[in-house]
Amino acid sequence: MFNKKLVIAGLIIFVGIITFPFWFNQAKVIAPPEVKLTERAKEAKECVLPDKLKMRGEHMQLLDVWRGTVVREGNRKYVGTNGKEYEMSLSNTCLDCHSNKADFCDKCHEYASVDPYCWDCHIDNPKETK
Amino acid sequence: MLELALKGSKKFYGWLIALLVMAGIGFAFYVWQFNFGLGITGMSRDVSWGFYIAQFTFLVGVAAGGVMVVLPYYLHNYKAFGKITILGEFLAVASLTMCMLFIIVDLGQPVRILNVWLHPTPHSVLFWDTLVLNGYLLLNIVVGWKVLEAERNGVHYKSWLKPLIYISIPFAVSIHTVTAFLYCGLPGRGFWMTAILAPRFLASAFAAGPSLLILLCLFVRKATNFDPGREQIQSLAKIVAYAICLNLFFFLCEVFVALYSGIPEHIDHIKYLFYGLHGHGLLVPWMWTSMGLMVVGIILLVNPGTRRNEGVLAAACVAVFTGTWIDKGLGMISGGFIPSPLHHVTEYAPTFPEIMVTLGVYAIGAIVLTILFKIAISVKEEING
Amino acid sequence: MKRNRREFLKLAGITAASASVIGVTSGLTIAEASGSGAAKPDTTILAKNKKALTAKRWGMVIDTRKLQTASDIEPLIAACHKIHNVPEMTNKNHEIKWVWEEEFKHVFAEQEHELVNERLRHLPFLVLCNHCKNPPCVKACPTQATFQTKEGIVMMDFHRCIGCRFCMAACPYGSRSFNFKDPRPFIKETNKEFPTRMKGVVEKCNFCAERLAVGKQPACVEASEGAIVFGDLDDSQSEVRKVLNDNYTIRRKPALGTGASIYYIV
Repeated sequence: MFNKKLVIAGLIIFVGIITFPFWFNQAKVIAPPEVKLTERAKEAKECVLPDKLKMRGEHMQLLDVWRGTVVREGNRKYVGTNGKEYEMSLSNTCLDCHSNKADFCDKCHEYASVDPYCWDCHIDNPKETK
Repeated sequence: MLELALKGSKKFYGWLIALLVMAGIGFAFYVWQFNFGLGITGMSRDVSWGFYIAQFTFLVGVAAGGVMVVLPYYLHNYKAFGKITILGEFLAVASLTMCMLFIIVDLGQPVRILNVWLHPTPHSVLFWDTLVLNGYLLLNIVVGWKVLEAERNGVHYKSWLKPLIYISIPFAVSIHTVTAFLYCGLPGRGFWMTAILAPRFLASAFAAGPSLLILLCLFVRKATNFDPGREQIQSLAKIVAYAICLNLFFFLCEVFVALYSGIPEHIDHIKYLFYGLHGHGLLVPWMWTSMGLMVVGIILLVNPGTRRNEGVLAAACVAVFTGTWIDKGLGMISGGFIPSPLHHVTEYAPTFPEIMVTLGVYAIGAIVLTILFKIAISVKEEING
Repeated sequence: MKRNRREFLKLAGITAASASVIGVTSGLTIAEASGSGAAKPDTTILAKNKKALTAKRWGMVIDTRKLQTASDIEPLIAACHKIHNVPEMTNKNHEIKWVWEEEFKHVFAEQEHELVNERLRHLPFLVLCNHCKNPPCVKACPTQATFQTKEGIVMMDFHRCIGCRFCMAACPYGSRSFNFKDPRPFIKETNKEFPTRMKGVVEKCNFCAERLAVGKQPACVEASEGAIVFGDLDDSQSEVRKVLNDNYTIRRKPALGTGASIYYIV
C-alpha cells in the first residue's frame, strides 16, 4: 500500500497549498492601522468601558449585549463602570462621538478581515463617509 | 462500501456529470439569489411562500413514503420487502436532503439558520419540523447503511439497530404530520385550516413515495443485474392504489366541508384553484390535470388486470406521481395564500431563476439517490453473483 | 504587488478551508483572526429611560369619523414611514408597509355585504399591526426573532430573523412585509437616528417602541391630531379606556381569538 512517490508528491503539494498565502504575500508584514480619534473623543478621555484595551477587544460583546437589551428588554440606558450614563445606540451614541467611521471602525475591521453586518442597517451617523 | 459508487459504466458517469452540471447551474442562480435577495423569485408580500416550500412539502411526502416498505417487512414480517427496504430508505435519504436544501434556499438570511437551534422555541412548529426531519434523515442513513453492510458481509445486522428501525416508523409518520401542522395551525388561512390536512398529506405521501419507488424498481431491473422482484412491485402497487384512493377521498371530504358549509373563507381558495377568483385562474388547468391524473391512476391501479401489466403500471405510477406533485408542489401552497387574509388576489408563478434553483436542488437529490442506489445495487449484485 | 491584510487573511482562510476539505486536521490555521474568546463585559446597570412611557398593555383606538378621506390618512402614513426608513419599493410584490390604508371590504372582509352603508364603503381605513394579545406570528417564529414585550408590543429583532417568513403566513392581518431585496436604494430620505433594514428579514410596525422609550407618543398618533388615542388597555383610568367605554368599537377578525389591540370607532 505504500507508494513512496505519490506520498511525497502529495506532501509537497499539500505543504505548497497550505503555505500559499505566505509566499504569495512575500512574507511581508502589514502594519496595523493607527486608531484615529476625533477631537470630541479625545476630549472625553474615556469610552463606555474606561479600559481602552478592553474596549478594543470586547466592543463586539458589549454591542451584542446592548442590542439584545435595547430590542428585547426595552432598556435603553447604560450606566458604565465609570458611573456615567449612556444611551445604548450604535448610530446615535458610538458614532456620535466617533464620527470618523471610515478611520475609526473600517480600517481596523479591514485589517482584521472582519465584515460586521452592523452597517447593513445602522446608519453611519451623522456623517456618511464611504 | 463507498468504493462501490466509484466503479461504474460510462453511462453511469455520464449521468452523474450531467447532474453535476445541472447542480452547478442551479448553484450559480442561487449565488445570484443569495446576493440579490429573494426578489428574483415570483414570491410577493401576499404570496410569501412559493415553489421552494411547495417542493419541500411534496418531498417530505416522498421521504415518508419510504416507510411503506419498511413497515410491512419489519412489523409484519412480510419477507418479500426485505429485498427492497434499502431502496425505500435510500430514497428517503435523498428526498430529505432535498427538503433541507429547499428550506435553506427559501431563507432570507440563510447564514443565520442555526438560530433555530441556538434559540430553541418549542411553541414554533418549524422548530419541531427541523428536529423530526433531521432525526428521520439520520435514522435512515444509519439503518440503511448498517443493514446493507451486514447483508454484504453475510451476517445478521447488529441487535442495537432493531430499536432504531422501530423508531423510524413513527418518525416517518411524524415528519409529514409535523409538516402539515406548519400550515393547518395558522389562523386566518382557511384553506389549510382543516384537521384532515395531516392525514391527507400522509395519504398523498404513501401514494407518491411508493409510486416513485415502483418506477425506480422497474428501472433497476432493466439497467442492472438486480431484480427487485415482481411480487414486490405488485405489493407496492396495491399500497399506491389504496393511498391514492384515500388521498382523493380526504380531498373530497375537504371540498364537502367547504362547499356545504358555504363559509367564504374556506370556499374561496378552492374556488380560486378550480374555477378562478375575480378573473384570476392561473392554476385552474393544473388543478384539473392533477385531478384527472389521480383518477386515471386510481382506475389503472384498482383494476387488477391493468395493475398486473407492468407497462400500464408504470404509466399509472407516472400519473399518480405527477398528479400528487401538482396537487402539493403547485396548488397546496399558493392556494393557501390566494386570496390573502385581506381578500386581495395576488397570483404567483415561479420565475426562471427560481425554477433553475429548484432544478439544481433536484439535481443534487438525484446525485445522492444515484450514488446510494449504485451502492445498494452493487451489494445486491455481489451477493447474487 | 500591493496586498492588504484582509486579502491575506481571506487567502489564508481559503487555503485552511481547502486543507480541511482534503481531510487534514492541521493546527496551522491563523489564530490571530479569531478573537481572544468571549469575555462578558463588566457588570453594569442597564435600565429604562426615566422619561419613558410605560404600560401593561399598549393599545389604540382609531376614530374613523375623524379620518374621512385619503388626505386625512396620508400624513399619518408618511410620518411613520419617514421616521422608520420604510422604503418605497417600485415592484408591488416587494412592497413594504408598516401602516397603510384599506377599504372596508378588505379590512372587515367577513362583515362585508352589498348593503354596507355608503360612508363605510368608501371610507379609507388605517391598518397596521394589531399587536395581538395572543400573536400567532410570535407562536410561529422559530427563533423568537418576533416576540411580545412585557408591555404587549409585538416586536421584531432584525438581528435574529432568519427570513423564513413563517410569521407572514401566520399573521391573519397581512401586517408583515419581507425585504425581498436591499431596501436602502428605495428610501427617499433616511432618518439617521433609526436603522434601516437589510435584505432577507421581515418587518412591521413596532408601535414606535423607540419613541415610547423617550416619552413620545407613536408617530401616527401624534400626526392624527386626536383621531387616534393611544394608551394602556389594562389601566382603567387611561384615556384609551375612557374612549372605549364611551363608544362602540370593533376589531378585526375577533373570531380568531388573537386579541387585537387596535380598536375602530366606525
